[in-house]
Amino acid sequence: MNFGNVDWLLIGEATVDTLLMTGFSLLFTIVIGLPLGVILFLTSPRQMLANTAIYQVLSFIVNVLRSVPFLILLIVMIPLTRVVAGTSLGVEGAVPPLVASAAPFFARLVENVLRELDPGVSEACRAMGANSRQTVLLALLPEATTGIIAAVIVTAIALVGYSAMSGVIGGGGLGDLALRFGYQRYQTDVMIVTVVILVIMVQFLQVFGDRLVARLNRK
Amino acid sequence: MIVLENLRKTYASPERVSHALAGVSLRIRRGEIFGIIGRSGAGKSTLIRMLNLLERPTEGRVLVDGHDITAYDDAELRKFRQSVGMVFQHFNLLRSRTVLDNVCFPLRLAGMSRQQQRERAHEMLALVGLSEHADKYPRQLSGGQQQRVGIARALASKPQLLLCDEATSALDPETTQSILKLLIDINRSLGLTIVLITHGMDVIRSVCDRVAVIDAGLIVELGDVLDVFLHPQHAVTQSLLSESGMDAEGWRDMAQGMEGILLRLSFRGGSTLQPLLSRISRELELDLSILQGTVGRIKDTPYGQLVVAIQGSSEACERLPEVLRAADVECEELRK
Repeated sequence: MNFGNVDWLLIGEATVDTLLMTGFSLLFTIVIGLPLGVILFLTSPRQMLANTAIYQVLSFIVNVLRSVPFLILLIVMIPLTRVVAGTSLGVEGAVPPLVASAAPFFARLVENVLRELDPGVSEACRAMGANSRQTVLLALLPEATTGIIAAVIVTAIALVGYSAMSGVIGGGGLGDLALRFGYQRYQTDVMIVTVVILVIMVQFLQVFGDRLVARLNRK
Repeated sequence: MIVLENLRKTYASPERVSHALAGVSLRIRRGEIFGIIGRSGAGKSTLIRMLNLLERPTEGRVLVDGHDITAYDDAELRKFRQSVGMVFQHFNLLRSRTVLDNVCFPLRLAGMSRQQQRERAHEMLALVGLSEHADKYPRQLSGGQQQRVGIARALASKPQLLLCDEATSALDPETTQSILKLLIDINRSLGLTIVLITHGMDVIRSVCDRVAVIDAGLIVELGDVLDVFLHPQHAVTQSLLSESGMDAEGWRDMAQGMEGILLRLSFRGGSTLQPLLSRISRELELDLSILQGTVGRIKDTPYGQLVVAIQGSSEACERLPEVLRAADVECEELRK
């Protein structure tokens, strides 16, 4: 194979697009998913703010968003995406569905990280007279930092994969390239290049994340 | 200072209703070290958690300095909890914060300035002997050192009351002794009231002034530690004592085939150190053999208990009680 079909400029732009999509959607995923995960944890049975009604409702919404296949979500959300992002195409158009899909996933991960913490920490906080806000902000989240970072990495990697799928509805990025050139025009070389770049991205995220967690764990 | 009135705690599940506490009333005096002992599941953990309402009683009241804390609203309760220190079996330190920041934590909750927090925290770390470890993280310390951090944290807000929830149960015997000694020191130097729960009689003997024995959600025995050790009444107390090597009944086997009167002699304080046996043997011409005995200390008070078989003239035996009374030794006749 001689990679004659590969337009490196186009590959470069697509790579930047994928990074932008992943980056922005990760940012919004954290902004929405982290508080959502904390609320899920706090309102779950036997926790500080245990509230069956709130927990059940949030839990149901999260489950629904997680069970809709991403490709379907992408299409169903088009009208909403137009309102939120102004367009359903390109990088901007890809971000809302990516967030809608990843935020509930990330929230569940956060909920589980908090649940895995030693309940003694919460108990000590209560005994010292901390309110729930102080307990969460000053004790639980700092204690959960490494777990949450690991959850961010897992989510970021999932987003890289999903962002490639958004090529189907004209989302741009490496997935779009792979689909239009690699698949529809049988340009296998383009397909290989895009996949290799995606593998490198994922690999980089994982190694970076593992190192960060290891460093924080050392103290 | 602390009055518990008829505390009950009931857990109802569809299958059955279980009583963690079945009506406990207690008075804990200011400045004393009060021990609560019982087997696991007896309710001691529930009981100590009621003193700062980490668990709410289903029924009953908790009065601290005359205030009914069960009637407090959330804000009042948090304020109250800031004035009560608590130490935990597994320390419950924040692993993501340094030793110093762990001790600062309750002060931060109380809204103290950063500068004051650090000053107080350093003071507390000096008190527990950990000044040089201020910038380390909990996991870099041994279990005993971590518990010292826990104690420093509990004392940081200058509480009047310290609750110790199995504070030494996760520590080795030597470390346990050093932590217990620290508790006695702070009890004396700060005039702090300490309530502790444990399943080990050794802990009670080393530090407590008074003890309550709890079984199946009820207090079955209550009194000065010395009295409870010398004259345990309830079966649970007796078995807890015999497990820690203070078997009150061991003499029975020995006494078989032994002639003479059997007496149990209990010594407290100064009388423990007198050469009593050799004196009565010499003066009353009695022959004594020791069937069982313990001599030790309860907190700072020497105590002893001997079971002796006595043979001699009936006249001498009649004079014996009087001599013992004069020497301030309690005497209980086990067999004529």
